[in-house]
Amino acid sequence: MRLLTHNMLASNIKGVTNSFPLRIEPEKIIEKPVDFNPDFLKNMFSKIDWKALADASKIMGYAELPDEVPEQTVVESDEFLRKFHHALLEVHLEEGALVCPETGRRFPVNKGIPNMLLHEDEVFNLMTEARLEAFSRTSNRRLQQRRGEEPDL
Amino acid sequence: MKLKQLESLLGNLQQFQNPKIELEQYPTGAHIASRMLYTAENSYDDISGKVVADFGCGCGTLSLAATLLDAEHVIGIDVDDESLEIASVNADELEVELELIQSEIKNLPWRGQIVDTVVMNPPFGTRKKGADMEFLSVALKVASQAVYSLHKTTTREHIKRAALRDYNASSAEVICELRYDLPKLYKFHKKKDVDIAVDLWRFVPKAKQES
Repeated sequence: MRLLTHNMLASNIKGVTNSFPLRIEPEKIIEKPVDFNPDFLKNMFSKIDWKALADASKIMGYAELPDEVPEQTVVESDEFLRKFHHALLEVHLEEGALVCPETGRRFPVNKGIPNMLLHEDEVFNLMTEARLEAFSRTSNRRLQQRRGEEPDL
Repeated sequence: MKLKQLESLLGNLQQFQNPKIELEQYPTGAHIASRMLYTAENSYDDISGKVVADFGCGCGTLSLAATLLDAEHVIGIDVDDESLEIASVNADELEVELELIQSEIKNLPWRGQIVDTVVMNPPFGTRKKGADMEFLSVALKVASQAVYSLHKTTTREHIKRAALRDYNASSAEVICELRYDLPKLYKFHKKKDVDIAVDLWRFVPKAKQES
């Protein structure tokens, strides 16, 4: 998994508000060289979350990116783009985990593939919620009838 | 790369060994996959240098077609780990980079507007009703540039209406009619092969504000 993919992923567990970025727990990191495409990188620079990338890169053992968002003149430089290219596309998390920043839930990464599958109780389930609501409405009405009140409709 | 060359590379890929009917796993044939991605690249400039996501990637045929046409970053997403493993082997065979994520399409959270193009051969919703529409609605939220998808020709009017009215598409066009050759894969298939008419669609999402 490249750090560009990491920059696009958030935690989607039911009820989580602070879902990005996922914390990386690296066990095995590998590097795979790819062709350098400055136009792609300049375009991508405006779309990524800089802090998430710089932090992730550091955790992955590549500390060459500045902490603060670089100035536009720096972004245009070949020196910067080469580093950005390496962090974004060439460093891979092969084994480890991604961790939800709010709940601490771990999403394992094996052979470079993050497993983002959620358990049933972590998913927003509209059907269940609709059923629960219907149930509480019915039981309210029964209670009111027992008390001899006019039911709310 | 020429169309013929793309088709022949895709024709050598490994496909499902134990297809799972509940996921409507059917291989995307090399013929359809090559034409789909070739058109996306050569007529619309939606692949080369782009970030491409493949929803329900299975063994990775569409994803790998995108990498072969020089997409910069390709992500295949599937719920099934066995398929992802085959996709990974296929990528190694072709010596290309392919990112894979195991997730349900509807539950995968995306930050920002990084994906340019979504390509997909969704489940047609014959086993699980509405599965195709679920994929389409998510695809139109995730892509900033275009969505390419295959749907049964019999559902054409429904697809068009839903895409424009409910799923935030600014345009929905059938760019090609194809025959989807389904080999006899599952025991309940009575005929040896069936040929169904499918449409290749191109949807354009409405321009969004950066969040």
